[in-house]
Amino acid sequence: MEQSGSGQWRPVADIDNMRVRAWMLSRIRDYFSLHSVLEVETPVLSHAGNPDVQIESFVSHYAGPGGERELYLQTSPEFAMKRLLAAGTGSIYQICKCFRNADNSRLHNPEFTMLEWYQTGFDHHQLMTDVESMLKHLGACAQETAIPRFTYQQLFETYAGFDPHLLSVEQLEQEIARLQINFHVNKGADETVGLGLDRDQCLDLILTHVIEPQLQDKGLIFVYDYPASQASLARIRPGNPAVAERFELFANGVELANGFNELTDKAEQQQRFDRDVEVRSANKQDKILPDQYLIDALDAGLAPCAGVALGLDRLLMFMTAKASLTEVLAFPFARA
Amino acid sequence: MGSYSTNEFRGGLKIMLDNDPYVIVENDIVKPGKGQAFNRVKVRNLKTGRVIDRTFKSGESVEGADVMETEMQYLYSDGEFWHFMDPESYEQIAASEAAVSDSMKWLKEQDTYTVTLWNGSPLTVVPPNFVELAVTDTDPGLKGDTSGSGGKPATLETGAVVRVPLFIQIGEVIKADTRTSEYVSRVKG
Repeated sequence: MEQSGSGQWRPVADIDNMRVRAWMLSRIRDYFSLHSVLEVETPVLSHAGNPDVQIESFVSHYAGPGGERELYLQTSPEFAMKRLLAAGTGSIYQICKCFRNADNSRLHNPEFTMLEWYQTGFDHHQLMTDVESMLKHLGACAQETAIPRFTYQQLFETYAGFDPHLLSVEQLEQEIARLQINFHVNKGADETVGLGLDRDQCLDLILTHVIEPQLQDKGLIFVYDYPASQASLARIRPGNPAVAERFELFANGVELANGFNELTDKAEQQQRFDRDVEVRSANKQDKILPDQYLIDALDAGLAPCAGVALGLDRLLMFMTAKASLTEVLAFPFARA
Repeated sequence: MGSYSTNEFRGGLKIMLDNDPYVIVENDIVKPGKGQAFNRVKVRNLKTGRVIDRTFKSGESVEGADVMETEMQYLYSDGEFWHFMDPESYEQIAASEAAVSDSMKWLKEQDTYTVTLWNGSPLTVVPPNFVELAVTDTDPGLKGDTSGSGGKPATLETGAVVRVPLFIQIGEVIKADTRTSEYVSRVKG
């Protein structure tokens, strides 16, 4: 916190930007209303957290009737919304605050606004088309041109010069050297290890350091069919190579949205949760137990659907041509 | 010296890399939504001044560099070392030619300089942004020319050479900018 009288009480985003935000929210609601997608609300505080290895949760403490316990602030409304889908709501959307501990940078605020929606009977390609028509409804991109779609493989072949599905860790380390990424190797006791990164971490390093910078003037781009090891909660399509039916939307190299052809298989969901819990334990991260309600909902039956989460602060950044999140937030983290 | 987690990275933090002391100039975090976060930093080598890019896996730790800046008085040079004194403790240190190479031409005995110490020995010596020094050598120039146009080289008492207006004469004291080696003004005696 800054000292008093420093002007830190003032909002950072200008008032015109707040007007664009309000207009954006009303257009989004208008779009879903036209397409008969139901707006829903689910709890921000939940007894269960998100065991995803790459995400850290805020934990809150409840003290009241019913007994004291820890509650988690949601990192996304995904689990609760899938419970609604399993209960037969049909297509739904939600605009809500999400919370991720430790995410704080030019493009991250620990608390942010998410638009998440699910279309029943859609696959990830149909949902990309839906995302595109929603963005056109907002005027976030030109009506007459289609947003280019690259597979993850095509993206790497085009901007990094290799097929990401074929290379081993050692070969990826050679690519990292060839691409002149100056990665700091923590010289531990084991001198034989290379960069100390696994395959996906190598790919993430190249994506963030080599590919995203080249997308800075490319506007909107969809990337789909991710490596199966980066499936998260997406369905995996068997094949050679098997790929995750997952997509992301980039705006000038910044991730705007992440979508899945949703995993609906209870046993596989349980396995992925178990693996996350194991990895978190090996990494000495906070222990977070998976949401049994979600497992039970999948057990009851989740019809095929595709879902996507879109960061609205980043979308507003893109629509108003701002360079950092703080410029579209009334009170970013440092002034919250 | 302790170590710093990437969460503590910020501009100005001094860390050890490849056995050299560095200062962080810029710290940027990149993180795919479903992937590994990295700290992408620009660091300046405190020995050579070179700025390089480095990427760290977020969550890792790096050893801190025992680097501090202190104001010290320049005493004299014996030709091999340049000797400085802490005006409070009277403690003396000897700086090598590498440490003073950039500032040597501005060093005047009894004046105060910023000395950066690494593990107690001097890494760099930086003069104040502005210094006042006497002109020891310059062409007599044109009498009566006070426009300041044109200019001529003048050698200062410490050895630095700066371009000065034609009216500046030997023995006069001028104010110079040490960052650009440029003349600023005449100092009325």
